[in-house]
Amino acid sequence: MILRMRFREAGLPGKTLYLFFELLLATYTVLILLPLVNMFLSSFKSTREIFSSPYALPREFRLDNYLQVWVRGRFGRYMLNSIAVTGLAMLLDLLLGSMAAFGIARYRYRLNTAIYLLFLSGIMLPLKAAVIPLFLLLKRLGLLNTTTSLVLVYAAMSLPSTVFILTGFMRGLPQDLDDAARIDGCSEPGIYWRVILPLVRPALAIVTIYNAIPIWNDFFFPLVFIQSDDLKTLPLGMTVFFGQYQTNWALLFTGLSIAILPMIALYLMLSKQFIQGLTAGAIK
Amino acid sequence: MTNRNVHRNLWIGFFVLPGLFLVGLFIILPLFLSLVNSAFAWEGIERRAFVGLDNFASIFSRFPYQKRFFNAVRNNLVWFTGTMLLQNSTGLLFGFLISKRIRGYRLYKSVFFIPVIFSIVAVGFLWTLYLNPQLGIVNRTLKEIGLKRLALSWLGDTRLATPTIIAVNIWRWLGFPTLVFHAGINSIPEENLEAATLDGAGDWTMFWRVIFPLIMPSITIITVLTLIGSFNVFEQIYVMEGLAGGPYYSTDTLGTLFYRTAFGAVDTGIPQIGIGSAIGVVIYLLTFAASGISAVMLRRREVEM
Repeated sequence: MILRMRFREAGLPGKTLYLFFELLLATYTVLILLPLVNMFLSSFKSTREIFSSPYALPREFRLDNYLQVWVRGRFGRYMLNSIAVTGLAMLLDLLLGSMAAFGIARYRYRLNTAIYLLFLSGIMLPLKAAVIPLFLLLKRLGLLNTTTSLVLVYAAMSLPSTVFILTGFMRGLPQDLDDAARIDGCSEPGIYWRVILPLVRPALAIVTIYNAIPIWNDFFFPLVFIQSDDLKTLPLGMTVFFGQYQTNWALLFTGLSIAILPMIALYLMLSKQFIQGLTAGAIK
Repeated sequence: MTNRNVHRNLWIGFFVLPGLFLVGLFIILPLFLSLVNSAFAWEGIERRAFVGLDNFASIFSRFPYQKRFFNAVRNNLVWFTGTMLLQNSTGLLFGFLISKRIRGYRLYKSVFFIPVIFSIVAVGFLWTLYLNPQLGIVNRTLKEIGLKRLALSWLGDTRLATPTIIAVNIWRWLGFPTLVFHAGINSIPEENLEAATLDGAGDWTMFWRVIFPLIMPSITIITVLTLIGSFNVFEQIYVMEGLAGGPYYSTDTLGTLFYRTAFGAVDTGIPQIGIGSAIGVVIYLLTFAASGISAVMLRRREVEM
């Protein structure tokens, strides 16, 4: 590797710069990890303990706070809602997106490019700024304050990038696959479901992470569409919770831990896929 | 048309139309309608007379919209500049160092990306607690190590609030440009780097003359994403300062202003859908124009590989 650092051969200024860079990288690492560790430790303390000894280990590792936040703070409910909304939206997105990509990539016809571009037209534009007509539309459809509204809007929002990524992958597969399957008497949906879809599985993983994380984290659309507390997703529920327990820092840190730690666990298991998936839009 | 063709076209329709319907109904139609809505006067959620560009005129020249609007745009520009200067340049340096396999690069690579997967809401609240002027750990630590003068009211001071929120956002997002630039540098063909080394290029020359021009595509995409992100800042402000972009509108952005106008939290307390839509359209146009321009400008400097 040509680019490798050559510390030994470097002169004094080079060495100083090298050390400075190492310090910089290490500082940011600490700056990421320390607040997270502190958050986790604080989640076992009482509020008084957080204020009196903010740096110390908790006196005991009680799970009281977690129980309170989960049940009284309704994080159990919010978490379930988030899982349902993200899961359903992704199912819809993956199904319709892969079908559309199949219809675009595996057939040659006149409107092919036009359809592709129609899908892509939504890719870079922020839908947030069109939330008023979206709100009025959902109101007219009687979908305001329903989980369905979120599922449909998230699926629609994810489709442009899904179609983009999957079409790219599907175009790379040889046409002989479809032809051979057709000769063997395979139907068109059969070619889609049994031949092409299994071959783009790695791309499906990328698409899933690329879209599911922003959906899971989204706050804006639930804020506008959802009123009833029973339907709130985790980010929106958190704002309710933070309003209610403003001064109870023990519970606030616990709430944050419940929101953040599962993400870290998931990331540690799948960090390669996370990095690849989330940067998919920015890397060719 | 032959029977087989009809059959084939029906299948194409079957595959493509459901997705197209969803995108058409929930993306393209609302985008189009917000343009239409901005040209009408509204009473609550009832559409009234056609007023042409009046709503836009209001944003640009009528009090208090004009004052709020330009204040917000200025803050959005501060977001863009601050993020470019601090986050993206640091990301470029970090990406370069990781590509050079500096000691511990594997660890940095995976740790830096951790906050990227967090929600803005969680990150915002976490730092709101840490940055609390009296009780937060930041100021307590500063006081304890003898830097009492630096223990400021981070989120309560009109001059500090925006930079502080930008810093928190950079804390969350720095790993993203870092890894995008790292991937960009890694995809440079070995021959290019080898040739430069044989020509006796040092690290400095290598970076500016070889690597920098060759990763222009990554720089373009990061710049465009930063522009889009900067013009759409909303959650960060909502969580850390509230809808009004306090203190004294010092953190107000187009996103928060848009929300207040559209859902009735500005001055009168009544939703102003016409003016809100006009602000929405401005956000679109700015996003669109800015990313178009920066893409073209940076493309021009891209090197064919």
